[in-house]
Amino acid sequence: MDTEKIDQIVDEHQGEASSLIQVLLEIQSEYHWLPGDALHRVSERLQVPLTRIRHIATFYKAFSLVPKGRHEVHICVGTACHVRGATRVLDKVQDLTGIGPGETDLELKFSLETVNCLGCCALGPVMVVDGKTHGKLSPAGTANVLKSYE
Amino acid sequence: MSEYLLQIDGKEVKAREGMTVLDAARGAGIAIPTLCYHEELAPFGGCRLCIVEAEGPTGSRLLASCVHPAEQNLVLRTRSDKIDRIRRTLLELLLAHAPHSTQLQELAQEYGADPDRFEQDASFCVHCGLCVRYCAEVKKKNAVGFIDRGTKKEISFVPQIASRECDRCKECFPLCPTSYLQAAFVLTASLAFPDSEGTGSAR
Amino acid sequence: MARIDSPEELAKLRQEVVSHRDPDAPRVSVCAGTGCLASGASQVVAAVKTEIERQGLQAAVESRGTGCHGFCERGPIIVIDPEEICYLQVTPDDVPEIISRTLKDKQVVERLLYVDPAAGEKVTRESDIPFYKHQQRLVFGPNRKIDPKNIEDYLAIGGYRALARALFEMSPEQVIEEVKRANLRGRGGAGFPTGIKWEAARNAPGEPKYVVVNCDEGDPGAYMDRSLMEGNPYSVLEGLIIGAYAIGANEGFVYIRQEYPLAVENLGVAIERAEEHGLLGPDILGSGFDFEVKVHRGAGAFVCGEETALLMSLEGVAGEPRPRPPYPAVKGLWGRPTNINNVETWATVPLIINRGAAAFASIGTEGSKGTKIFSLVGKITNTGLVEVPMGITLRDIVFNIGGGIPGGKKFKAVQTGGPSGGCIPEDQLDLKVDFDELTRAGSMMGSGGMIVMDQDTCMVDVARYFINFLTDESCGKCLPCREGLRQMHSILTKITEGKGKEGDIELLEQLSEVAREASLCALGKTAPNPFLSTFRYFKGEYEAHIKDRRCPALSCKALISYYIDPEKCTACLLCLKRCPDNAIDGGKKKIHIIDQDRCTNCGTCFDVCPSHFDAVRKISGEPVPPPIPEDRRTVVKKGKRGAGQ
Repeated sequence: MDTEKIDQIVDEHQGEASSLIQVLLEIQSEYHWLPGDALHRVSERLQVPLTRIRHIATFYKAFSLVPKGRHEVHICVGTACHVRGATRVLDKVQDLTGIGPGETDLELKFSLETVNCLGCCALGPVMVVDGKTHGKLSPAGTANVLKSYE
Repeated sequence: MSEYLLQIDGKEVKAREGMTVLDAARGAGIAIPTLCYHEELAPFGGCRLCIVEAEGPTGSRLLASCVHPAEQNLVLRTRSDKIDRIRRTLLELLLAHAPHSTQLQELAQEYGADPDRFEQDASFCVHCGLCVRYCAEVKKKNAVGFIDRGTKKEISFVPQIASRECDRCKECFPLCPTSYLQAAFVLTASLAFPDSEGTGSAR
Repeated sequence: MARIDSPEELAKLRQEVVSHRDPDAPRVSVCAGTGCLASGASQVVAAVKTEIERQGLQAAVESRGTGCHGFCERGPIIVIDPEEICYLQVTPDDVPEIISRTLKDKQVVERLLYVDPAAGEKVTRESDIPFYKHQQRLVFGPNRKIDPKNIEDYLAIGGYRALARALFEMSPEQVIEEVKRANLRGRGGAGFPTGIKWEAARNAPGEPKYVVVNCDEGDPGAYMDRSLMEGNPYSVLEGLIIGAYAIGANEGFVYIRQEYPLAVENLGVAIERAEEHGLLGPDILGSGFDFEVKVHRGAGAFVCGEETALLMSLEGVAGEPRPRPPYPAVKGLWGRPTNINNVETWATVPLIINRGAAAFASIGTEGSKGTKIFSLVGKITNTGLVEVPMGITLRDIVFNIGGGIPGGKKFKAVQTGGPSGGCIPEDQLDLKVDFDELTRAGSMMGSGGMIVMDQDTCMVDVARYFINFLTDESCGKCLPCREGLRQMHSILTKITEGKGKEGDIELLEQLSEVAREASLCALGKTAPNPFLSTFRYFKGEYEAHIKDRRCPALSCKALISYYIDPEKCTACLLCLKRCPDNAIDGGKKKIHIIDQDRCTNCGTCFDVCPSHFDAVRKISGEPVPPPIPEDRRTVVKKGKRGAGQ
């Protein structure tokens, strides 16, 4: 982990403690997780207790304290998708990948998250893999989509 | 500084600006049950045991006395069927976690709470936050904090800080209503405190 | 780009922009909201630009990707002005034809038009399409006319006129009076009178004061704010500055979900453009009024839509709500007077200043003025974002605008208000939608999510779904919500699994009282609503689940079995091949039978069995008929069954 990069991000936010969440979002974006060393560095630079950082890092869903998989799978479980059968899609993905929401498989291939409403309700049930939206999914269709990822 | 006149359980109570309803009640010798309240700490408003009923033009509503500011003309009741009913359920929810807590058992007796109403939960932390808040506000060491949210929320020691500070302090230990704190400390110390080389390995 | 230093200069610039735009010249608008982008709209936009150039029309025809049009079910959408020709479900391959036939030859491409399902007629003009016809798109309408990355588009439609009027012709007190007279109520959920809130912040002692845009739209199924922020961030900023002026705040924040990357991007562009033009920042329009805005992204917590939790987040702390009182208007961000309003509320302000309070208040009902944007989703034909006057009936929204329930299914309920709201059944379809009517019916307006449910939706599962959502999103600080909802979730889950028992309902009701009366914040206080409202209107479903282990909607996985009717099965092999669990036994001409032990209730067989056979049935609350004997399993032509028939 590159201390310089962390410092750069902190400096971009003028080292303000209230920008803590914004700083962490950028670190998460950069590394795809929040390395422990990064949190210590942020604690030092922003002069905030580590407990506050740890609380934030675990409170908000955007952050991960463990490395994520190569492919991030987001399944919408918003009400509209739910009513159109999102649970079946989620069950199928869990079966196929062996992981549940918030988890990453052992090969670091897939990370699974549920999301509440991507705003593509007309396409429900919706699954986004690596930013690509797949809509009008059935359990069988879901299997086909996942099979295409290495 | 303004002075307020409130009514609690039919009794006239004086309060100064900046006081909470609980402060005012305690000042007047009126007892309200609490769990997460501590004189030296900022009010938390987490356990809700301190709820009281306020009379208003549109009916009554419940408020948490430990955080609600004392206001002019508040008319309050500390006991009623509704309050007692809700307190009883709150205690039962707590007892599902910590049936052996003396503090909870005493209150359970007073309100007729059934410790077996809800299924026992493995964690006996009751989330009063006294340990976290004491370490942050009084000792200013932040050796223990909260992590996560909802039912997954827990207290967690920061190994690097706790290994340095806690042995000579432990002032938070007697505050814990359930001794979950001591258990969590021992677990963290044995599994995660850095050894003399500074690496995190079991002692 | 030159700074605009006076209202006169603004008017002049607007004139200039408009003068370069011939109102009769063709303009192509392609919806580029997130929903349409997910259906390939960016390729359509690119194809339009390429094709216009290829056909040599770039001097004569304008094209732009715009904000969300709202008819999300039928995207990607192209509208060609000035004729308002509306093409639906456009693919890049359709584009060359559209350009040559419609733009060059002035002919309509019939196959891309909307077809009225009742009359079978094709509809050419956007405003004649029933989905749009019955709406009143005052706030959302501009979306489809502007490219959100181009401030000139916003100027051309009259943007910033309200800001100039407020800053130069009105005092802050007058602005507040106007908003109060308009009777604007917050569009974020609670519906608190906006003018009164502004007044409280203005009168509260303390400096500096702050204004905040709440774009943490978290209700699942609601995406109005996202589309507004993506499509017309200028309107939100304009309203925000007017409010800041009224309250006396020089600094503002936009709290926006990081799950809305396009909205974040477009907002960022809008802020830059506005700053360049002197429409944001120091000395706006030369008025002497300074206002700066910072963007804070959310990090994935529904509770941060609650205003005090949002403030905690802005302060760089975990979003656990604070007790109220004190209210943010008095003690908000860093203890200073702060006014937080929802995106749609802010976006409605310029409308009020432009048209006047009386005009705004002439729309709507006694208690709820103006229009409201709803996201109409779920079991509905025309999924999308609709803006309607307060007081319209649910029936009109669901059937006239929404086109009713697809698949010939029967309407069952409309869920409004997100996890804080409730379900409204068929016998209340004539309810006039406004804040108070919805509350009276046991629901609430909420942020505007309207989820339509049909006969296949299990209402017990709906309650379980929302409680599940809230237990996941609860901050965990207070006991009634953290532990009370956990228990409610456990009980409701058991009921949907056929493990409900006597006393469950009473316990749910008691826990509801505890959460409603004793929770710290509105998340906990309103959490019981989905259970209370579904129990109020659909008690029979709860009783069936608990007493008969039966799901009347045939939805709860643990309570249903799939069964292939041997009388209808023609052994076509479709379900057998598609079953992901290899649970179907059978073969060519051999009637298929589901092995109940291997079946995981995924429902694939039910989905794929051709509708003219309709051989797969869902059964609940009764045992699955035993498999027919082997010698009866041969399919013979013309529906006769094997020997012994």
